[in-house]
Amino acid sequence: MAIRLKKKGTPYGVRVPEAKLSEKMPIEAAPLPERVVIPLQQNIGAPCQALVKKGDKVLTGQKIGDSEKFVSAPIHATVSGEVSGTTTVVNPPTGALVEALVITPDGEDKWTELSPPKNPDKLSVKEILERIREAGLVGLGGAAFPTHIKLSPPKGKEIDTVILNGCECEPYVTSDHRIMLEYGDQVLSGLKVISRVLSPKAVYIAIEDNKEDAIDHLERLAAKLGFSDFKIAPLKSKYPMGAEKTLIELILGREVPIGGLPLDVGVVVHNVSTAKAIHDAVIEGKPLIERVVTVTGAVKNPKNLLSRFGTSLKSLIDYCGGMDGGANKVILGGPMMGIAQFDLDFPVVKGTNSILVTESKPLREQDCISCGKCIEVCPMRLMPTLLARYAKAGRYDDCREAYIDDCFECGACTYACPANIPLVQYIKIAKKELAKRKAVK
Amino acid sequence: MTEEASQETPPETSQEAAEARQFLISPGPHLWKGLSVSGIMYLVVYALLLPAGAGVYFFGGRALSVMGVSIGAAILTEYLCKKLRGQPFVMDGSAIVSGLLLALVLPPTMPLWMVALGSIFAIAIVKEAFGGLGHNIFNPALAARAFMSVSFPMEMTTWVKPMGFGADAVTCATPLSGTSIWQPFDPSVYRALFLGNTAGSIGETSALLIIIGGAFLLARGIINWRIPAIYIGVVALMALGLGEDPLFHILSGGLMLGAFFMATDYVTSPLTNRGKIIFSVALGLLTMIIRRFAGMPEGVCYSILFMNAITPLIDRYTKLKPYGLVKKVAHAS
Repeated sequence: MAIRLKKKGTPYGVRVPEAKLSEKMPIEAAPLPERVVIPLQQNIGAPCQALVKKGDKVLTGQKIGDSEKFVSAPIHATVSGEVSGTTTVVNPPTGALVEALVITPDGEDKWTELSPPKNPDKLSVKEILERIREAGLVGLGGAAFPTHIKLSPPKGKEIDTVILNGCECEPYVTSDHRIMLEYGDQVLSGLKVISRVLSPKAVYIAIEDNKEDAIDHLERLAAKLGFSDFKIAPLKSKYPMGAEKTLIELILGREVPIGGLPLDVGVVVHNVSTAKAIHDAVIEGKPLIERVVTVTGAVKNPKNLLSRFGTSLKSLIDYCGGMDGGANKVILGGPMMGIAQFDLDFPVVKGTNSILVTESKPLREQDCISCGKCIEVCPMRLMPTLLARYAKAGRYDDCREAYIDDCFECGACTYACPANIPLVQYIKIAKKELAKRKAVK
Repeated sequence: MTEEASQETPPETSQEAAEARQFLISPGPHLWKGLSVSGIMYLVVYALLLPAGAGVYFFGGRALSVMGVSIGAAILTEYLCKKLRGQPFVMDGSAIVSGLLLALVLPPTMPLWMVALGSIFAIAIVKEAFGGLGHNIFNPALAARAFMSVSFPMEMTTWVKPMGFGADAVTCATPLSGTSIWQPFDPSVYRALFLGNTAGSIGETSALLIIIGGAFLLARGIINWRIPAIYIGVVALMALGLGEDPLFHILSGGLMLGAFFMATDYVTSPLTNRGKIIFSVALGLLTMIIRRFAGMPEGVCYSILFMNAITPLIDRYTKLKPYGLVKKVAHAS
């Protein structure tokens, strides 16, 4: 049986209202979309080149875009139908315009032929990585970094620990929670694949204690499957518990160097939903064409919807009964790090874990009263008020010297700030300016 | 965040919604804890009502008029300063805090025009001239008290016995201006100091009610426990070291009010916990040095003002060590 570690907590971060409205709602397949828009770039790294053109017939799961660049992941048709053209959409994390393929579904959802391995246990590491890449896998926790690259540490970097992240510390979002409850087998199977690739000495599954049912469920499943090569690390719910740097510090007592990656301290962190997708890709030979999206907030019936990529936000919101009258903001992701949208025609993409509809009013920024709350809550032990002060004054070099690169923009400081200073926004501006300067040099 | 407000209106389809309204675009986080600057200020005002109430109980209507004049002058001054500078006036409660705190550190018999002048000084010179809330170097109430001490030395050192309502004021010495060498244990002295039935400033005499008010702010997470605990602790240790009565030193003078309500002022105290510890240790030492070796009986006001001036320096040398500051790693990417 898997060992359950003692529960741990962090003195940093903030307590946020969890508002997991949809945590009891079983995953439900969203209706097939009437129009599918698939951006050619959905992840960190290079955009894909289209492999199909207008008028081509495509099958569900057929590869329709790929790139030869190292950091990239192919994309697939998520329905069967006809390519009806291209359009341009805004890529939410970067704000850049990207090209997108438009598919008109034929309503039949005819799949391309899948090729699951005859004997999955016999696959070599190279074959596993190839299958993961071909399936178009990227991290489903939000950052959308190509999975096969995260599973191929560069030479000289030894990975001794894998952490599977089931924290889901963002309020409202429940997609990972439901995945753990309903696809626990696949999550554990995906974890086994990850372990085979990286052969770590230790494997942990990190879950916040507001999801006791998921902890118990995975523990029971592991016992049933005779899978015991991992430890469960229950963590006290607090935002941003699920940040990988926080997890690594809490569970392993290691600190990822500023500007570094978890693999610099021998760790790889994967999301539970990614593990499930790894199972689908490697064991079942299925490409990544859909994911669980929590549609929540000011909608009539919050749900967890298994949605094909390219489905419009609008159709999913409508499927959940529509928005409440006062709602004026639509956020992709959770309320802490999610990105507000201006257009409901935007499609669900690989990184979309949630569509949150809210009512909110702009807050008036006041002068800093030096209360120090932002400093108390910063999980990176930064001094956000100083960073914002420097950024406002255009003192970007001072920002860098105050370790602005360490900030992963969780927003805990802004949440806690009594003066409503948009600290994260100032920090983002300063980072952008510093990056621009670096590019010029 | 939104559920209650909008349940009555029937949901529209998002198509109509998108047409009917512009979506609000703003950077994350899209949630806010909801504790505002004015929220904090009013919590401090509520906490201060306890020592203020003690002041009224012991010093009667005089105390009430001093407080009224001080708060009124503070709000009016802030309003005029904002108008003069062409900025919007927001009733954020900070002027009430400064006005009330100033009243609490004044003798009850202070002439009211002097009170008004002190309050105007606190807001116009100490706070607004430096840029308003968040930009002042010194605690406005304490800086005004220092200003009044040099301007009106007689009135600022005339103390009366607690007389409540209706009785005549009888001048006397404060406990601290007498000798403070170990005395035979007399529970009635401590009881008077603890409850506040003694001569002194309006809001400084009742240690009990100050502690209750301070505990309320601690429980609400408004003030940091380190400052009052360490400040008071160091005063007690210093008193012991100097062969004086620690309990007497803790309970008398302005220490309690200063430690809980003045030294904890966000704007004029250090940002980090380490800075706060240095700040409060220095406060304790300075207070006892002034009380024991300087030519005046009380040192809380000047210690805090002195440390206010040192705060930016403390902030500079007590920056946090961030997560991951181990070594620079050039990673492949």
